Amino acid sequence: MLRALLLLIALVVPAQAEEVVVGLSQNRIAITTNFDGSEILIFGAVKREEAISDDHPLQIVLAVAGPSEPVNVRRKARRFGIWVNTDTIEVDRAPSFYAVATSDDWTKVITDTEDLRHHISIRRAIRSVGATMAGSEDFTEALIRIREGKALYQTNIGSISFEEQTLFSTSVRLPANLTEGDYTARFFLTRDGAVVDSYETVIAVQKVGLERFLFRLSREQPLIYGLMSIAIAIFAGWGASAAFRLVRN
Amino acid sequence: MQIYLPIAEVSVNAFLLLGLGGLVGVLSGMFGVGGGFLMTPLLFFIGIPPAVAVATEANQIVASSFSGALAHLRRRTVDLRMGTVLLIGGLIGAALGVQIFNALRAIGQVDLLVRLSYVVFLGIVGGLMFIESLRALRRSRAPGGVKPTRRKHGLAHSLPFKMRFRTSGLYISVIPPIIVGILVGILAAIMGVGGGFIMVPAMIYILGMPTKVVVGTSLFQIIFVTGFTTLLHATTNYTVDIILAVLLLLGGVIGAQIGTQLGARLKAEQLRILLSIMVLAVCGKLALDLLIQPSELFSVGAVGGH
Repeated sequence: MLRALLLLIALVVPAQAEEVVVGLSQNRIAITTNFDGSEILIFGAVKREEAISDDHPLQIVLAVAGPSEPVNVRRKARRFGIWVNTDTIEVDRAPSFYAVATSDDWTKVITDTEDLRHHISIRRAIRSVGATMAGSEDFTEALIRIREGKALYQTNIGSISFEEQTLFSTSVRLPANLTEGDYTARFFLTRDGAVVDSYETVIAVQKVGLERFLFRLSREQPLIYGLMSIAIAIFAGWGASAAFRLVRN
Repeated sequence: MQIYLPIAEVSVNAFLLLGLGGLVGVLSGMFGVGGGFLMTPLLFFIGIPPAVAVATEANQIVASSFSGALAHLRRRTVDLRMGTVLLIGGLIGAALGVQIFNALRAIGQVDLLVRLSYVVFLGIVGGLMFIESLRALRRSRAPGGVKPTRRKHGLAHSLPFKMRFRTSGLYISVIPPIIVGILVGILAAIMGVGGGFIMVPAMIYILGMPTKVVVGTSLFQIIFVTGFTTLLHATTNYTVDIILAVLLLLGGVIGAQIGTQLGARLKAEQLRILLSIMVLAVCGKLALDLLIQPSELFSVGAVGGH
């Protein structure tokens, strides 16, 4: 289906000089009870109709982004001798997961203008329009630092291996603390820092089985979920008491 | 074995949770306390979001207090009437507590509230218990008899709305037990504890209840208050993680039985001193976290109540 689509695009769109074609090892990730992170293998090729030019080599940038949501970043300060949250900045949109990978040094791969236009680097992908307070950059920096610490934000410079300017491959490690949603993977083919072609695909991350059942129940039928939790606790308490009375007698 | 918690949305080691449940279970069996005041901070330390830790711990306490209360009901050491009066206060308190919790959560101060409550209450209770048990130890060594303390006629006897509590042998006003219940309910909702460590001293010293019915009655009240708290957290915050609760439960149930056996071999005064040292240690750790400059000044949280 994907191939058919690509073929169709290739036929309809007037022949472009170079195109990026991509395949993923999986485009669905299931969060099961024993989910411990996942690794996506990505491989692709550059489709072209002319000779490879060695003077201006092609480069690849990849950005995988989780669903975005607004977040509050808070800063602590000393008040009455203890450390408490004092300042808050609301970041309008911050992806829950973000991984950038390149085939070479950042400056060789893409220009600032192109980065700004396509929101590729982590800094550009986070949007905080409302933050007018002085020093609001500190808050965005802190957000990136904290999420990098949890491997939720990753910048992997040069981690895409690019052979003969034609075949490329890389892998993206998804950590265990993923949230549900549609993750987008965007590929940019660049030359001299300018985007030549791009390609976008979706990776669906979903809780399955028991995880999905419990999560949905807790959101859609919170009363039933709460009562169920209590019932399980009561049953476990009674079971424990009965079992140990049996052991003692 | 890593396990993904569906509500907390973090992946943790299942054996770590079983072990924590077991450890706290041993301590609670040894000392006859719920263990919520130890478990909730431990859950913070292993990376469970505070809101989930508090709500889930309430659910776990339902199980441990139910199992404990059953044993007391069989021995007829539960004052059901007093328990019901305390419970009325407890339900009001829990509802208030969840409201306070949600309001502070919206402005990003819930962490501070929970930590401060822990430092204040653990400090007071641990300190008092330590002094009291040191005195008791000294008294038991000193020659000569102990002066019998006269039954005091305190506030509980002079207020209106008097009621007879036959099991406790009391004829007192219902206002003090309701107030005690409300305070404990608020604590249960905010701190994710049963509140036994506050209620037991209050029942002995403020209400003047006989020691033999105190533990059973407090356990009876705790079942319903923590059950109600669980329900409130589940319906307003969606923060009860049932998988986390079950894992902690399994460890806790086994640990509690081992703890009871261990506890039987130690003297009451020694147990009380050990418990008070432990309470003070947890209090000290939390106080240090508030006083020392944290290595990361920033924190990230979701916008709004959720």
